[in-house]
Amino acid sequence: MQTLKIVVTGPFSSGKTEFIQSVSEIDVVSTEKKISSRAERIKQATTVAMDFGRITIDEELILYLFGTPGQRRFDFMWEILSEGMLGFVVMVDSTRPETFREAQRILDTFRAYSPVPYIVAANKQDMKDAWPPDDLRIVLKIEPGIKVVPCVARNRESVKQVLLELLYSILEVMDQSGE
Amino acid sequence: MALKGNLKDFGITQLLNLINLARKTGTLYLEGPQNKAYLCFREGALVYAAADGQELSLLPLLQQAGKLTAEQVRVITANVAGKPDRDVAMMLIQSGHIQQQEVVQSVRQHIVNLVYRVFSWNTGTFRFEPAELPIQGKLVTSIALENVIMEGSRRLKEYERLQDELPSLDVALKFAEKPNTPLRDVNLTVEEWRVISFVNPRNTIQQIAQYNNMSEFQIRKIVYGLLQAGLVEIIRPPRQVTDASVGEPRSVKVEERDRTDATVRRPDVKRGLIHKLIDRIREL
Repeated sequence: MQTLKIVVTGPFSSGKTEFIQSVSEIDVVSTEKKISSRAERIKQATTVAMDFGRITIDEELILYLFGTPGQRRFDFMWEILSEGMLGFVVMVDSTRPETFREAQRILDTFRAYSPVPYIVAANKQDMKDAWPPDDLRIVLKIEPGIKVVPCVARNRESVKQVLLELLYSILEVMDQSGE
Repeated sequence: MALKGNLKDFGITQLLNLINLARKTGTLYLEGPQNKAYLCFREGALVYAAADGQELSLLPLLQQAGKLTAEQVRVITANVAGKPDRDVAMMLIQSGHIQQQEVVQSVRQHIVNLVYRVFSWNTGTFRFEPAELPIQGKLVTSIALENVIMEGSRRLKEYERLQDELPSLDVALKFAEKPNTPLRDVNLTVEEWRVISFVNPRNTIQQIAQYNNMSEFQIRKIVYGLLQAGLVEIIRPPRQVTDASVGEPRSVKVEERDRTDATVRRPDVKRGLIHKLIDRIREL
């Protein structure tokens, strides 16, 4: 049995869990939205919620989707999660420009962890005040070779498209490196 | 005159009790089947400990505790070459890199953890050398033994139980097909998540522990908890991983941490696998 891993990262509340939930065979867990009571806030200081999904490819191969904790205080977990990843998706809430700077920081951090292919998913493109992917590319300073794909995280087809684009990018990288 | 004996006849708990009650000063040398350790006491209190030929070293300790980054350790090491740890600690405190309390806490934790480890040694020999204290220039502390003995005994029992439940660490884990626990209710500690993120039929529990710098006790406890929660399942030991787990080297950052070269690596991905993924995702 072989397992592969794709990491879904992005700022707090950018849609990572919804994204994974849309295609996962198992129940995806996140407590990010449960930070409501005082007790839970305190608990969050010491525990980190599990956030992952699974897609069985065949009897011998499983793909895991790992979501990173969005809050900055958990950023020490990012490197752990990035270990061995096939590639990563950076989720950006296109309707919240106040999170773009954070998205860029996360993107830079992950790029430094591992030179694997990645893709930017411009989430919430179904909202009227969503910034278009082309504008996001400029503000996030995304290089021309990197895809910025429109996305609606709760829509399975849209999520599938993002994952497929990431996989195509991985193939392209393989082509370039002659693998 | 040195007290000598066999750990089979006179266990660690009894030795520590004796040292505590008699308020002894000196060093207890322990020699197990595979490991060696020595513990130093002043008037019945634990002041220093080292094992496996590795003395307590301040900078790696502070890095491991997350108080200093690898880069900071590199720079400081270059600047303080040859200086004893006590001087280095003073320098770090005075320069504001770290607070005295943080140094004390890290040292205490390290020493206590080491002592908890030797609690599980039930074979080997011991020798107590009174008045001998090889702690010149080293960072020492003073830890009352009562709580250490109680916690050590508790851990020993727990360790024995964990060993019964999980006899071998050379097995791998996989995520449960149908978890017993509703995942929505699961909250994991950071340490548990560290383990979870390496759950893979190719990684033995031993490798996961090595990679995360976890003791046998820690990893057993975490894995046992995950097994009890029904989140993971044990699977048969992987075949020699050389054929299964080749790949590119880990990131520089990871190597800097000087982690053990366990075979937890990036997967070797062939084009065929990517095409399989593409086909499957299209079908979803």
